[in-house]
Amino acid sequence: MTSGLKAFWAVLTVLTVIVAFWYAACVPMNIKGVLTEQERAGAKVQPPSAKDRRDMSEFGLVLNNSFAIPATWEQDRPRLPAPHQVAIEMWETTVQKKITSKRSLIYHGWVTLSATMLGFAIGTGLGILLAVGIVHSRVMDLSVMPWAIVSQTIPIIALAPMIIVVLYSVGIQGIIPKAVISAYLSFFPVVVGMVKGLRSPDAMQLDLLRTYGASRSQGFWKLRLPASMPYLFTSLKIGIAASLVGAIVGELPTGAVAGLGARLLAGSYYGQTVQIWSALFAAAILAAGLVALLGLIERTVLKRMGMAQ
Amino acid sequence: MPTDPNNNSAVVEAANLDLTFQTNDGPVHALKDVNLTIDKGDFVSFIGPSGCGKTTFLRCIAALETPTGGTLTVNGMTPDEARRKRAYGYVFQAAGLYPWRTIAKNIKLPLEIMGYSAAEQEERVSKVLELVDLAGFGGKFPWQLSGGMQQRASIARALAFDADILLMDEPFGALDEIVRDHLNEQLLALWARTGKTIGFVTHSIPEAVYLSTKIVVMSPRPGRITDVIDSPLPKERPLDIRDTPEFIEVAHRVREGLRAGHSDD
Repeated sequence: MTSGLKAFWAVLTVLTVIVAFWYAACVPMNIKGVLTEQERAGAKVQPPSAKDRRDMSEFGLVLNNSFAIPATWEQDRPRLPAPHQVAIEMWETTVQKKITSKRSLIYHGWVTLSATMLGFAIGTGLGILLAVGIVHSRVMDLSVMPWAIVSQTIPIIALAPMIIVVLYSVGIQGIIPKAVISAYLSFFPVVVGMVKGLRSPDAMQLDLLRTYGASRSQGFWKLRLPASMPYLFTSLKIGIAASLVGAIVGELPTGAVAGLGARLLAGSYYGQTVQIWSALFAAAILAAGLVALLGLIERTVLKRMGMAQ
Repeated sequence: MPTDPNNNSAVVEAANLDLTFQTNDGPVHALKDVNLTIDKGDFVSFIGPSGCGKTTFLRCIAALETPTGGTLTVNGMTPDEARRKRAYGYVFQAAGLYPWRTIAKNIKLPLEIMGYSAAEQEERVSKVLELVDLAGFGGKFPWQLSGGMQQRASIARALAFDADILLMDEPFGALDEIVRDHLNEQLLALWARTGKTIGFVTHSIPEAVYLSTKIVVMSPRPGRITDVIDSPLPKERPLDIRDTPEFIEVAHRVREGLRAGHSDD
């Protein structure tokens, strides 16, 4: 068997195990709700009293009412939706909806993506600038770096509403506050990675430039910056995922107008778990796509630079 | 090539040179009372155990370290002035080529920094690639070359701007002996063709004797010169000169010098 085929089977096995586990988990998670529905529809359930059922363990209920198992995968508002329910919801809200529709996941995904990209661009730019400052100035290293670290210890969920309120009070709303929150999360990995990258040339490399009488800026453009590229791309991959989280969190306090965060919030308001899960998957797929895209850019750039073989 | 201290062709002159590093474990006396004259066209090897200050002395010449006592002139200037006048090219133990630059672009690095025109950069690159026998490899990236070829490219980089002095800090230390022999032979040919003054740090006795017109034997704690040997070997040196009695005699004297330095501690 070739290694490619082996890898394929390995991936498929893991996927199958996860899906099987998911279906299995749906049964005890949803059984109580299902039995209530079945009872209303006239089926005989064990025990017949809702009060007794409430005190019983989920596994006991499943054993007593095994006829109800298939129904745990087909509820309208399950506690835990089954994989195919999420898949159908995603299919219906992407392919079968016009992208201008407020129910289209692509529309909401785009709203979140645009805030993510803007925030990522701001965060990356800010991160690189800070890193350059930190590497070139001891004062900045001592004064900025601790604040950068502290900034990441504050839970973003606590900070996000304040950022939105403060910006709203000065008349800024819409995509900008979300992008600011997104930038707040994504600048940090870029600072850390770029500081490490810009400092990666060893003493010998720096001595060599000294023997040429190179200026600081020549040292930066010819040695430090190119040497930092592999570090930058690693940071960008972490940064873009953080950006997406920031954009989604930024959508929560605004009252669920649009975006994947809004879908999550609206879903939880109305108990639409299928909608929550499909928004979660949309976010995960988006993040995976963005990271993969960066990986592709990384390979292309490093190859052109001669740093990848 | 005999040494005459009054000869005004002296390229490097060190008098009572002292260097003490202040470290957390207290002062380290890296160089003590070093007196040495290197004449134009000399091939001088510095040999000694680690910690004897041979690399430190080379770095002083290159103005990468600042002596704490005595005087040191390079081409009649302070080492710092000499560096700004591009008096020397420096070759480190590792080739240190930039992985994101081709060989030709690596050799252009000092030329770009020093502001040579694009046409002149091209011309010089092809000239030095020829000198180190790497013509045709300009478009390759460093990882596509063997260790020996990479080190030759780094020598080419040091030769690209017209420095009269070539300072080499154990340039072949990381290479295997067969490659090293080959590079030594090439280095001698290059030296003969270009007439550069070469300062060469090594801890291989055969390498020092084979290459040098002058061998400086050093010993550690504190780093100092224990012997300076003017080689009686002819300038023309095939590899098998290493089996001649003259060669063996010089090598013997170097070994004696190293042993004398060691018995001190």
